[in-house]
Amino acid sequence: MHDEAAGVRRRDLLSLIGAVAGSAAMYHAMTSLGFASESRYQGPVKLEGDPKSASVLVLGAGLAGMTAALELRKAGYQVQVLEFNNRAGGRNWTLRGGDRFTELGGATQTCEFAEGLYINPGPWRIPYHHRALLDYCRRLNVALEPFNQLNHNAFLHATRAFGGTPQRIRAVKADFQGQVSELLAKATRQGRLDEAVTKEDQEVLLEALRSWGALDRNYSYNANLASSEFRGYASAPGGGLAAMPVPSDPVALSDLLKSRLWRYLQNFAHYNFQTTMFQPVGGMDTIGKAFAKELDGIIRCNVKVTKIEQSGRGVTVTFVDTTRSSIVETATADWCVCTIPLSILSQLPLDVSPAMKAAIDAVPYAGSVKIGLQFKRRFWEEDDAIYGGISYTDLPIRQIAYPNTGYNRTGRGVLLGAYLFDGANCYEFTAMPPEERVARAVEFGAALHPQYKREFENGIAVAWHRVPFTLGCSGDWSEQARKQHYANLCQIDGRIVLAGEHASALPAWQEGAILSALDAITRLHQRVVKA
Amino acid sequence: MTLRERNLSAAGLAAVLALIATPVSAQEGQRTFSSGYRFVEMSGEELYNNICRGCHMGDAKGAGGAGAYPSLAANPNLESAGYPVTLIVRGRKAMPPFGDMMNDAQVAAVVNYLRTHFGNNYGDVVTAQDVSDARR
Repeated sequence: MHDEAAGVRRRDLLSLIGAVAGSAAMYHAMTSLGFASESRYQGPVKLEGDPKSASVLVLGAGLAGMTAALELRKAGYQVQVLEFNNRAGGRNWTLRGGDRFTELGGATQTCEFAEGLYINPGPWRIPYHHRALLDYCRRLNVALEPFNQLNHNAFLHATRAFGGTPQRIRAVKADFQGQVSELLAKATRQGRLDEAVTKEDQEVLLEALRSWGALDRNYSYNANLASSEFRGYASAPGGGLAAMPVPSDPVALSDLLKSRLWRYLQNFAHYNFQTTMFQPVGGMDTIGKAFAKELDGIIRCNVKVTKIEQSGRGVTVTFVDTTRSSIVETATADWCVCTIPLSILSQLPLDVSPAMKAAIDAVPYAGSVKIGLQFKRRFWEEDDAIYGGISYTDLPIRQIAYPNTGYNRTGRGVLLGAYLFDGANCYEFTAMPPEERVARAVEFGAALHPQYKREFENGIAVAWHRVPFTLGCSGDWSEQARKQHYANLCQIDGRIVLAGEHASALPAWQEGAILSALDAITRLHQRVVKA
Repeated sequence: MTLRERNLSAAGLAAVLALIATPVSAQEGQRTFSSGYRFVEMSGEELYNNICRGCHMGDAKGAGGAGAYPSLAANPNLESAGYPVTLIVRGRKAMPPFGDMMNDAQVAAVVNYLRTHFGNNYGDVVTAQDVSDARR
């Protein structure tokens, strides 16, 4: 009831702001009051009007291409999809035992994971506000489970801090809050904030700092049961005779600052990393497979596009079947939705305006490396009580991510032993043979988990600059390139429109691919029914 | 045990790491890792092996899938030194720019290495000053 009353008052306020200051001001007010939409997704796309059985050729069977195909077919178009790989899904991809992967350069790895274990070499987590992707998961019956971005009991690790001993995220977070709160409380009580904060607000601020930072009655952050309730105990509460907890000692502010472990805390604050996050049960490719099942019979795999031409009447795509590459074939349609990554599209002969061509050529592709490691037992759970989530380190592997499924079981487990995105180490790992990437990940990871050396069994490494169907992980737009080229990239050029994460403001996210496809086909459909 | 073998057992892993820790050739020698955003490798050979090789491969012949990485071997485009310098600093199409990740001396070193290896034989030497000029 209380919330409802507040809601009514907020709405009254908003209509007042709207009437007085116009809709832009109202939008700003809405955003700050938490009313505005968290997603651009408007619900299932409605393509109304008769396309008179116009035909569309969709290039690429990733999430963008399959979204376009699914919705256009539903709207009455004749749809055909061409895909380079021997499977649909694109970067929506899972590696399991028995899967083989040949990277550029020819090195082939066979995944040796035990039954039921996997890694997602591409996308692996879904924010709760990626509403389009979540809606397709619901419509296609893809079961989801929580993805733990923040596990308080996982580690933060810096090679040169605390003698190289990994620290629990819980303790670093509590100590950072506590030490900063103590400092701010001290400044407040010494009158140093008198110019910035009223006396009345200072009272509330002190109260807030004590609550948020676990300060004692003297606004000090030190070893006691209140701070231990945040950072953990030296000896946890138990039962029976010796049940009473023993407080733990906070880390001093200076040590905390110098450790630079604070820099990882933003990984739990970013909008795209906030709880609740999800993963599909059984692997990310469950989504791609669900799309592909709907499109059974209209996706042709093993197709390498070599040329895209258009005239006033339609589009002609030239391609070779990669299983018998001597034969050149063509496909024609009235329209084309092209989701080929720009890293590849920029190399193809393509009939589009100079402005769109310049846009296609303006986007470098980021690197990324993921390495899955199988161990004889789930020691991170058994020994370290880490169930899911991510440890962060300044070692070149950057992250160790624990499986968010199959908890507390005996037997083998697979974790993500490295996740690099851009930066020098990403190139260095890409340049290694796959076996060395795996060996290095084991060597580095042992600094956080000494169990690695005894328990390691096998691994598989995917370096995205070596992935034959993308030549990179995702479009890496600079701010300047976006300003100059993004709108040109997204225009309908004659009979061709592009879609994919590269044509979105959500680079490298599956949501970007889907929203881009929905926007592209909505505009295309408007043009078709008007013609 | 060679680096080419798959499916490392724990013992195999130890052997691989031992192999890596002891330089067996310039190419499979001790691995350098950068600690920040910028590369710490300084020699042309190490820069090539740790960075360029990721896409252009160990023999500099590139590779092809749905798209291709061009071959840098016996490549006439390298005759004019300004071309690879500009390409590395600014990037081109999908190739990322490395101007912020390498200093002038590093760009010069890797260009000089490329232009004198892999079937390329261009005698004129690129200096850090040349790279600095190309950044303008």
